[in-house]
Amino acid sequence: MMYKMDANVKKAIMLVTVIMMCMLPHILSKSIMTIVCSIMGYLIIAGALNVINGYSGQMCFGIAGFYCVGAYTMAILMNTFHVSFWIGIIPSGLFAAIIGALIAIPTLKMKGMFMAMITIGFSEVMRLIALNWTSVTGGTMGIKGLKAPMFFGLKTSGASRYYYIYLATVLLFLFSTDRVIHSRIGRAWMAIREDDMAAKSLGISLNLYKIINFMYGAFWAGIAGALLAPYKTYIDSAYFTLDEGFNILSMVIIGGQGTLAGPFIGVTVYQFLVEGLRFAGVWRYIACAILIIAMMWLRPQGLAGNSESVLAGKKNRSRSFIKLPEVFSLDRTFGTRRLGKANIG
Amino acid sequence: MERALPEVSHEWGETMLKVNDLVVDYGYVHAVKGIDLEVNQGEIITLIGANGAGKTTTLKAISNLIKKSSGSITFQGEDLTNMSPHKIVEHGICHVPEGRLIFPDLTVKENLMTGTFGNKKLSGTEKDELLEEMFEWFPRLKERMNQLGGTLSGGEQQMLAIARGLMMNPQIIMMDEPSLGLAPIIVEEIFELIEKIRESGKTVLLIEQNASMALNIADRAYVLENGRVTLSGTGKELLDDPKVQAAYLGT
Repeated sequence: MMYKMDANVKKAIMLVTVIMMCMLPHILSKSIMTIVCSIMGYLIIAGALNVINGYSGQMCFGIAGFYCVGAYTMAILMNTFHVSFWIGIIPSGLFAAIIGALIAIPTLKMKGMFMAMITIGFSEVMRLIALNWTSVTGGTMGIKGLKAPMFFGLKTSGASRYYYIYLATVLLFLFSTDRVIHSRIGRAWMAIREDDMAAKSLGISLNLYKIINFMYGAFWAGIAGALLAPYKTYIDSAYFTLDEGFNILSMVIIGGQGTLAGPFIGVTVYQFLVEGLRFAGVWRYIACAILIIAMMWLRPQGLAGNSESVLAGKKNRSRSFIKLPEVFSLDRTFGTRRLGKANIG
Repeated sequence: MERALPEVSHEWGETMLKVNDLVVDYGYVHAVKGIDLEVNQGEIITLIGANGAGKTTTLKAISNLIKKSSGSITFQGEDLTNMSPHKIVEHGICHVPEGRLIFPDLTVKENLMTGTFGNKKLSGTEKDELLEEMFEWFPRLKERMNQLGGTLSGGEQQMLAIARGLMMNPQIIMMDEPSLGLAPIIVEEIFELIEKIRESGKTVLLIEQNASMALNIADRAYVLENGRVTLSGTGKELLDDPKVQAAYLGT
């Protein structure tokens, strides 16, 4: 039988973890906190990407575009309109979600590789708009002089303090995503991922739930961007390149798509690898490439994606039958699964 | 095998589902060329016919998974012809697709819970009751509750697909070749199950290649050939029909 943890024990463990997370800035040095902050930031955006790619099986490669929209919205709201950070954060997310819907609606019938190409294009368009619309986005100069928000008279500048804002957002993200995944909507997403024809025959409106999925992912990506802007105090379009999008995608793949813990593990491993190998200069990204290839070969389902994995914890859920590189398999990539058979009779 | 059919079976209940002059084309291929069907409340109706006769297409057209060229479909007096698939499901029409199409990466329980999707009226406790009922009907699924759908055997997957369909508590369940690729003993189990579903008050529209078994449990049947209904009648009539015997029963 499935091993079920006692609910109280589970709650206690969660509480202890949260308290320990709160203590972190007092234990770790400032330089480590900087890394922890970037992990937190990536965690939100990788989690958002995981909602799109992992749960509903759409191929979004352009998450950096939503990240960009969120960050610039926040920066413009703060600098031009002098809106407080606390008020600006929700509109930043919502604006990214609206853009998400605008991308999702024309691509409803697209799958796999085609979806990926559209989203890559979208991501670059967003970056180029940020780079060239000088009057609004500052162009190559970016937007500078963003102030860290005040929290009841406390200044939150610096990684050790800004960390708490990240922590609160991450907890909120994990909580809300956990609820969504286990609701009607989450089930609909997973059904669409597994088999869209069967999902349709069960009465799931593919269009509606795909749009909701994109909007939800884009919303949190926008929030991640909105958090980034005052943390860095300066943003320009170089933060939101395609490379960034692919980095985030690799974190999700390494961690395990379609699991809540996956992005967390993926981001942590990836960030510590990148930071730990800093002495190697740009060559350290080779290690990331090797890690991804090794993952594709040995554990295509990601570190958290399997039952036999220690990290996943569920012993009897064997996912070992999942074929090799799932993300790059022909079926998923080109959506050929249904092209071959026109079913008559 | 022989089963006494209720004498007036085809007269009980009123017309539930009506298909009128349905035409479906796949590009230049005319798959269905004007089919008329009638399904009454509480019946088991089966469509039999060779590969390419248009059986699956008819079913898909009813649940609007493919586009119709012309014709109309009414369900309990309501016109479903141009309704979108998820709205059709909300009317209580369940389609168990061909080739099972269960969700391989979800557990059996998650698969079943996905089935409740089409019926918004179900409350939490009703869902639990339905789940219990399904586990009563399919004890094997209960044993494998936390197993992934993809790890089940073919027969179990078919049972899961049917159970998933029943989880929305539909009024009519349309099954597309539930016996496809299964061992004969499992096929018998599935057919017993279909009768059980009918006894529980649901209407069944069944598509089968296995004509003798399908006709044995059917109240009425339609024989499809090249996109047209060539014969129809009670299951027994068709079983005794020399043309059907020659073409589908191999006797």
